Amino acid sequence: MIFLRLAWKSLRNRLLATSLTALSIALSVALLLSVERTRRAAEEGFMSAISRTDLIVGGRTGPLQLILYTVFNLGNATHNISWESYQDWAKNPMVEWTIPYSLGDSYKGYRVVATNGDFFTHYRFRGDRAVEFAEGVKPNGLWDVVLGAEVARRLSHRVGDDIVLSHGATKGESFQDHRDKPFKITGFLRPTGTPIDRSVYITLPGMEALHIDWQDGAAPTAAKRVAADSLKVENLKIHTITAFFLRTKSRIETLRLQREINTYKEEPLLAIIPGATLQELWHSLGYAERVLRLISALVVVVGFAAMLIALTTTLNERRREMAILRSLGAGGGRMVGLLVFESGLLTLAGIAGGTALSLGAFAALGPWLENEFGFYLVGPALTGIDLLVLTGIFLGGLLIGLVPAVRAQRQALKDGLSVRT
Amino acid sequence: MSLIEVSHVEFTYPSGRAPVLRLPEFRVEKGERIFLFGPSGTGKTTFLEIMAGVLRPQKGSVRILGQDLGALSPAGRDRFRADHIGYIFQSFNLIPYLNVRENIELPLHFGSRPGKNQLDHLVKSLGIGDLLARPVTELSVGQQQRVAVARALIGSPELILADEPTSALDMDHRERFLKLLFDLAGESQTTVVFVSHDRSIQKLFTRAVSLADLQAVTA
Ligand SMILES: Nc1ncnc2c1ncn2[C@@H]1O[C@H](COP(=O)(O)OP(=O)(O)OP(=O)(O)O)[C@@H](O)[C@H]1O
Ligand SMILES: [Mg+2]
Repeated sequence: MIFLRLAWKSLRNRLLATSLTALSIALSVALLLSVERTRRAAEEGFMSAISRTDLIVGGRTGPLQLILYTVFNLGNATHNISWESYQDWAKNPMVEWTIPYSLGDSYKGYRVVATNGDFFTHYRFRGDRAVEFAEGVKPNGLWDVVLGAEVARRLSHRVGDDIVLSHGATKGESFQDHRDKPFKITGFLRPTGTPIDRSVYITLPGMEALHIDWQDGAAPTAAKRVAADSLKVENLKIHTITAFFLRTKSRIETLRLQREINTYKEEPLLAIIPGATLQELWHSLGYAERVLRLISALVVVVGFAAMLIALTTTLNERRREMAILRSLGAGGGRMVGLLVFESGLLTLAGIAGGTALSLGAFAALGPWLENEFGFYLVGPALTGIDLLVLTGIFLGGLLIGLVPAVRAQRQALKDGLSVRT
Repeated sequence: MSLIEVSHVEFTYPSGRAPVLRLPEFRVEKGERIFLFGPSGTGKTTFLEIMAGVLRPQKGSVRILGQDLGALSPAGRDRFRADHIGYIFQSFNLIPYLNVRENIELPLHFGSRPGKNQLDHLVKSLGIGDLLARPVTELSVGQQQRVAVARALIGSPELILADEPTSALDMDHRERFLKLLFDLAGESQTTVVFVSHDRSIQKLFTRAVSLADLQAVTA
């Protein structure tokens, strides 16, 4: 009892120093938890950018390249898939659904994806989340376009606006605008926190119509140009697509189907399992993850150093007080206990404050992060590992309290009593 | 066996060159009330602290109640002091962030002296009964000294070492303190070693000792 009261009153007596120490611990803990949570959310968001799709199929390239240009809007396809091959596989009895993707154009730096209604029906990310409309309807007509959430927000368009797409998907290519064939916005998508937010969606015939008068990647001369209003959906035949997503009727057949696609005789194709390739990709990005982890560790070390400094300085101020207690019979064990108890109390306060700070900040800033950065705080707020680390910090705090305590113990009683305050 | 047996003690401060204290022999019997005096700076405080086990002499031995202090560990000496000795420091040594009552009760928590029920009687006699809940930092010097006195007396220790305990008290409180001290001492045969400049109270003690005389024997 006296123990608690002594510790409490002594901490209160040095309120400023005490609260600054607790604050420095709290900030370290908050930073640590936040970095960890961000890292987890980044990984989680990355790994769940696409779900429910069993295979992604494209022309023969590397698996990483395929997943990068289909799921992450990065890089270009080198080969296309013929419409016939696609139909061949789409009708395969093992296949439940497919989503065709045709790439190659862009709108103000954002990818244009030509697809069909299957995308809006079947595409899933982060578990079972489907693509939803914030406003308007899916593209239907030849010149219909739908904008991803970020595109819509950044460029502040309205439904009904006309926009002009550009030829070429990456910044390096020289853009040529399809000025003669403007598209009309029919809707905006809800934010997803995936690259979908940074894409623009048109129909497959729309993509075909856009390039009907192009030859070998070159724009038509004025004479050869085909007028937009002369084109009709019924008359357009789709020749190629870039890739397609595929869902099997039964997961067991995935590997067999993958093998069959990869050995397809008609055309060289590559089928990959997105989960496995995402894993591989994340590991190749492991550098970034390790840096984040290192930052977390450094944050804790700095926090501990601050705590040691704070405890040691206050101890110096308290030499006399410690000596008085000793002169009244408080034995070594008790004094060590008292100091360790105090630093334990401080650490606990810091951990509690830091955790509250981190959770509170994410709760408050979560919606803003989603809106502004498309950064979704998926996953639990605190994991078992977090709790383990916090326990470690607490034990470390007790241990650090031991250092000044033992030092105080070594000091001669008379020296402590002679300190003038 | 005498209550205090000091023999051939020599003490030098770590920073000092010559010994502050060289004391061949000093004995106090149980129940004695010793008046120890000497000019400022002759080592009265040093001597009391040696008897309390706060300082350890380089030579000689100090026995209190038959216990050789030199044979105890530092923590053992702290514990022994808490159990058997009430020490009134010349500079009070109160804990600034505790209130009057908490300061007085501190030795009861650390030692094995029972004495919680003495508190009321003690503080009333010393005239600090109304100050119990006050922080000690808000007390006058005289009031602080009385708190230090109460802290030393509580739990009826066998030996009271008092370093100028009345220096900041007025005549009235000085007499009350002495009366209280001797009441307590009478009740439980407490032995008192009392350091003071004020020779006017000397006659109330059973024996008066000049520190210079004690040391002079060596010369
Ligand atoms: N911590 C210390 N370190 C070194 N020398 C000290 C220390 N404390 C006291 N001294 C020296 O030891 C001598 C005796 O000091 P002490 O405090 O015992 O005197 P005192 O008789 O109690 O004096 P006063 O009547 O003024 O209280 C003095 O000369 C003093 O300078
Ligand atoms: Mg003195």
